[in-house]
Amino acid sequence: MSLSAKEKVIVKDFFEKVSTRSDEIGAEALARLIVVYPQTKSYFAHWKDLSPKGAPVRKHGITVMGGVYEAVSKIDDLAGGLLTLSELHAFMLRVDPVNFKILSHCILVVLSMLFAEEFTPQIHVAVDKFLALLALALSEKYR
Amino acid sequence: MVEWTDKERAAISDIFSKLDYDEVGQKCLSRCLIVYPWTQRYFGAFGNLYNAEAIMNNPLIAKHGTTVLRGLERALNNMDDIKNTYAELSVLHSEKLHVDPDNFKLLSDCLTIVIAAKMGTTFTPEYQASFQKFLSVVVSALGKQYH
Repeated sequence: MSLSAKEKVIVKDFFEKVSTRSDEIGAEALARLIVVYPQTKSYFAHWKDLSPKGAPVRKHGITVMGGVYEAVSKIDDLAGGLLTLSELHAFMLRVDPVNFKILSHCILVVLSMLFAEEFTPQIHVAVDKFLALLALALSEKYR
Repeated sequence: MVEWTDKERAAISDIFSKLDYDEVGQKCLSRCLIVYPWTQRYFGAFGNLYNAEAIMNNPLIAKHGTTVLRGLERALNNMDDIKNTYAELSVLHSEKLHVDPDNFKLLSDCLTIVIAAKMGTTFTPEYQASFQKFLSVVVSALGKQYH
């Protein structure tokens, strides 16, 4: 399941359109991840404050969303473009890849929540595919 | 047996009270067929599903969306025994409709996203958690009679 040229344009245009609220999207998505899927908190046990609206969660949500935007800019070669991030996740963070799917779902929910009119089914499918390919690229160095 | 807190019951009831079954049913089912096109395999008799526009304007899909939401309402009204409430529906989906149970999760993800669009920021993380717990119990009950 690869992105067609048309889908790449849809993804780039949509993320460009919502870029002014990217921090909010990231913070909200990560907050939902830890509330709706509490097992994900296991990766953040070293944080003093694990409250969904707290500063560490917000800051990290912004970081993660930054990564998503980096992936958008490298949409023509995700595996190659995200090599460093993949090594980070594989060797240092060792995040179980099942969590990429869960976070992708949370991102989609937040996009739908904040951009109800714009997040049409056609845009939904393109973004869902993109996030799945992003997750695959992040898993590249795992084994 | 599934345990529900008062907060979870309240959240789920509140969400359902805000839903127009016709509107949400149609949006949810058509989104599922567009985002996960392989699910169209179960709708061969539903007419034109050739593209997103056709799916979104298809009256048979809209009608079936309402049917699905009414089915979820049955679970809402029997939250302490969803498993038995859905026993017949599970047999129907397995023996007659031959639906791969994986698809139930796909449809429930689409429903969550449609409700998020409808409720905006009132669809808080806690509401999302309660609603997704409800949907996962429904999905599990629907798959129970498969063998």
